[in-house]
Amino acid sequence: MKNFLAFIAVLVLGYMIVVSLDNNEAFPAYGEADVSSRVSQAFIDRTVTEDPGDIIFGQATNLESGPANIVTAIVADYRSFDTLGEVTVLFVSSLGVALLLGGKKQKRLELNFHPNFMLRVGSRALFGIILMTGVYIAIHGHLTPGGGFPGGAMIASSMLLLYLADDEFRAKIKGFKMLESFAGTAYVLIGLTGLLLGGYFLENLLDNGVIGDLFSAGIIPIVYVLIGLKVGSEISGIIDNFLTEEGV
Amino acid sequence: MLQYAAIAMLMLGLYGLLTQRNIIKIIVSINILEIGLNLFIVSVGYVEGGIAPILTSDFNNNGLVFVDPLPSALVLTAIVIGVGTTALGLALAKNIYQKYGTFEIDEMGEE
Repeated sequence: MKNFLAFIAVLVLGYMIVVSLDNNEAFPAYGEADVSSRVSQAFIDRTVTEDPGDIIFGQATNLESGPANIVTAIVADYRSFDTLGEVTVLFVSSLGVALLLGGKKQKRLELNFHPNFMLRVGSRALFGIILMTGVYIAIHGHLTPGGGFPGGAMIASSMLLLYLADDEFRAKIKGFKMLESFAGTAYVLIGLTGLLLGGYFLENLLDNGVIGDLFSAGIIPIVYVLIGLKVGSEISGIIDNFLTEEGV
Repeated sequence: MLQYAAIAMLMLGLYGLLTQRNIIKIIVSINILEIGLNLFIVSVGYVEGGIAPILTSDFNNNGLVFVDPLPSALVLTAIVIGVGTTALGLALAKNIYQKYGTFEIDEMGEE
């Protein structure tokens, strides 16, 4: 009976959403969105404060926002303050997990199987490749798909591999905590430097360079690598909390 | 069409949230709801024949037809928040299991 009532409620709510969206002028049909009439066009053309004209890959210089990846330009430049808040939410969540699960003396959770020699050595060989891929994705966040958040998640997944493939492995979690605090502090300090010297929080003080170069877009690659390190160490800390238990 | 599929997924997550009494299943329902919502937001910005909003040497100027980059950026934020809430929920679930020995809400006694 309860399930049936829930089904009816969900059906009515879904029907109401579909009806309100159907033939709504503000809601485009799938695939027929008109980007040129939206605010996104200003982000694509980098015309929020000034009009730089045509942007050609590998030639345009001194744009108001330098990354070739427009999503990165929004996440780490136009809406960088928002991203700072987002990183803070992830920090609070990892803090909460540590408070709920962490005790004073910690030992590894016992696995039901004991990995053999081949699994341990093979996973260590894979670990380096996955870690380097994560770092690569974080560093190239302003040029290619990806960035700090996927890169950080990939770094954490390499730690998860080591945890699952070796029942005695424990990361040096203190190092992760140091790295996390360093990355978060550096992000805020970069923002405050911009506030002092440029007049805006997270003002891009460095030269934007040529769009498409690895060393371009000013502070954005630096900020995104810091975000990658912070996300990676936070999720690694969460993994460590889940795979340990109290005891000697 | 994908937009209505995303709404269906969202409603599926809500149904699971209303009916399930197992903590792990509730967390999975929240995740399904979240993925449906993310799909919906991304699909709002889709342009038929549009390319990914990244300038490369092949697609090298801003006059091309790009997919709307703003929903992608917002969904990137939403995914990270989702990971945070899921981790916190699972940590609570682990503590509850250690105290009561079950994930079913109905079976948790007074002790």
